[in-house]
Amino acid sequence: MIVVEHLSKDFGPKRAVNDVSFTVQKGEILGFLGPNGAGKSTTMRMLTGFIPPTVGRVTIGGFDVAEDPISAKRLIGYLPESAPCYSDMTVHGFLNFAAEIRGIHGAKREQAIRTAVGLCFLEGVLHQSVDTLSKGYRHRTCLAQAIIHDPEVLILDEPTDGLDPNQKHEIRLLLKRFGQNKAIIFSTHILEEVDAVCSRAIIIDRGRVVANGTPAELRARHKLAGSVALKTHGVAAESIKARLTTLGVVGKVETEATGSQVFVRVFPRDKTVNSELAKAVAQLAAREGWSFEDLRTEEGRLDEVFRSITLPDTVKPSE
Amino acid sequence: MNESLRNILTVGKRELSGYFNSPVAYVFIVIFLALNGFFTFMLGNLLERGEANLDAFLMWHPWLYLFLVPAAGMRLWSEERRVGTLELLLTMPIAAWEAIVGKFLACWIFIALALGLTFPVIFTVGYLGHPDYGTILTGYLGSFLLAGTYLSVTVMTSALTRNQVISFILSVVVCFLLIFAGWQPVTGLLVQWAPEWLVNIVSSLSVMPHFNTFTHGVIDLRAFTFFGSVITFCLFANSVILRGLRGA
Repeated sequence: MIVVEHLSKDFGPKRAVNDVSFTVQKGEILGFLGPNGAGKSTTMRMLTGFIPPTVGRVTIGGFDVAEDPISAKRLIGYLPESAPCYSDMTVHGFLNFAAEIRGIHGAKREQAIRTAVGLCFLEGVLHQSVDTLSKGYRHRTCLAQAIIHDPEVLILDEPTDGLDPNQKHEIRLLLKRFGQNKAIIFSTHILEEVDAVCSRAIIIDRGRVVANGTPAELRARHKLAGSVALKTHGVAAESIKARLTTLGVVGKVETEATGSQVFVRVFPRDKTVNSELAKAVAQLAAREGWSFEDLRTEEGRLDEVFRSITLPDTVKPSE
Repeated sequence: MNESLRNILTVGKRELSGYFNSPVAYVFIVIFLALNGFFTFMLGNLLERGEANLDAFLMWHPWLYLFLVPAAGMRLWSEERRVGTLELLLTMPIAAWEAIVGKFLACWIFIALALGLTFPVIFTVGYLGHPDYGTILTGYLGSFLLAGTYLSVTVMTSALTRNQVISFILSVVVCFLLIFAGWQPVTGLLVQWAPEWLVNIVSSLSVMPHFNTFTHGVIDLRAFTFFGSVITFCLFANSVILRGLRGA
């Protein structure tokens, strides 16, 4: 549905987006992650045809955004970063305008407005002027505008920004529901959102794609991913280590003793993340008669993966 | 209905409703009518002149419009840029020129409405004597075209900045030049050093002689062409500015 090939964008001498390529299929929800200023919004603006790329090509549903922008834009619903709305209009007036310009006419228009209003929980403010709305409502008004024509492609720049936890939850449910038959790209820097919603995530840093995979794959890049943590007491750390290393699936073993309590971290030999290692460790502990109070597989933490592969913007890149 | 036309109408309708959803429209119309009345009757002495024509009314329009048209149109693009709705509008399935024309027409219609509300002045001259209604009609037409010409400049300058005040001032300055282009002190500045053809071009840019043909009851094709060309040029320049904004 969305095909992005070697997209680059220069602002003067600065390269904001550098050779970004990816595709999004129908039924996929792609999370677009990255530190502030990484090029997320610029990429999204190129996808929606707001700014032309310096190099590269974007195709939406088979239409080249540069060559046939109108056809491509028809397929897209877009929520820009700051969720701008025409503040001199009522919510209904604004959505009516959005529907009209999307070519929805007659009875269908009122129907489309009702549906979008229902999905974005705007019933209570329908006839209120946009400039009297709170940030959350304004955000959802702009989101309603993006989904009013039931687009095949949704491009959402920080759709949950400025919402309270309940609203965030509702929007995530909405995205998941839409994700079944649309191609969705949304940017965020809330990592839990990636786990909750995305089927795939891309991490972009200083204009480049630095990671592209399912949330599980990204978590597996964590240095502790796949390791098993075990808390025991009453057994000498050395003997635990010696016994564990006899197991075939075990790679490195680290121990840390505090009093009679020993904390053990067991790494898998082949760096895979599954429950095999935990099972083997548990069986061994049972055989040896170790008493343990905690045993679990570390899945890896997305935020640490994120931190390890992106540079904070307070650090100057050394290139 | 033609797709482009429909897009222009949709954009125009939204823009026009924007005027009437805020006090802007009412403040503008009241001030427009009050100033027209003041200039026509107090400074133009319409009642004491003993002439049944609209000269005392129309002669002020190039000056009134100089400030009122930029005031009406200064927000057209600058507000979109400031609030960020520009991104929304230009990612809708419409062409940029359709948005430009829609905005321009909406504001032009709004000014025409204010102009139309000056109709009591026609009754006044009708009461004073036997006016030539044809001349009155062409006078109004000329005033309408003049407003459109200024407005095209305003639409263009409002795309240059996200600040409405700057947009207003730029527009006033350019419109001011359009009035004075043919004025001797301005051409005198050029005559010293510029080649004659340049002087001729600059002095032919003045709106005044073209406006005056209309107030004298003449419908001159050249005047139409002039106003039409300036409007087309400015709206085209507007599209270039928008493209520049998105490219940068």
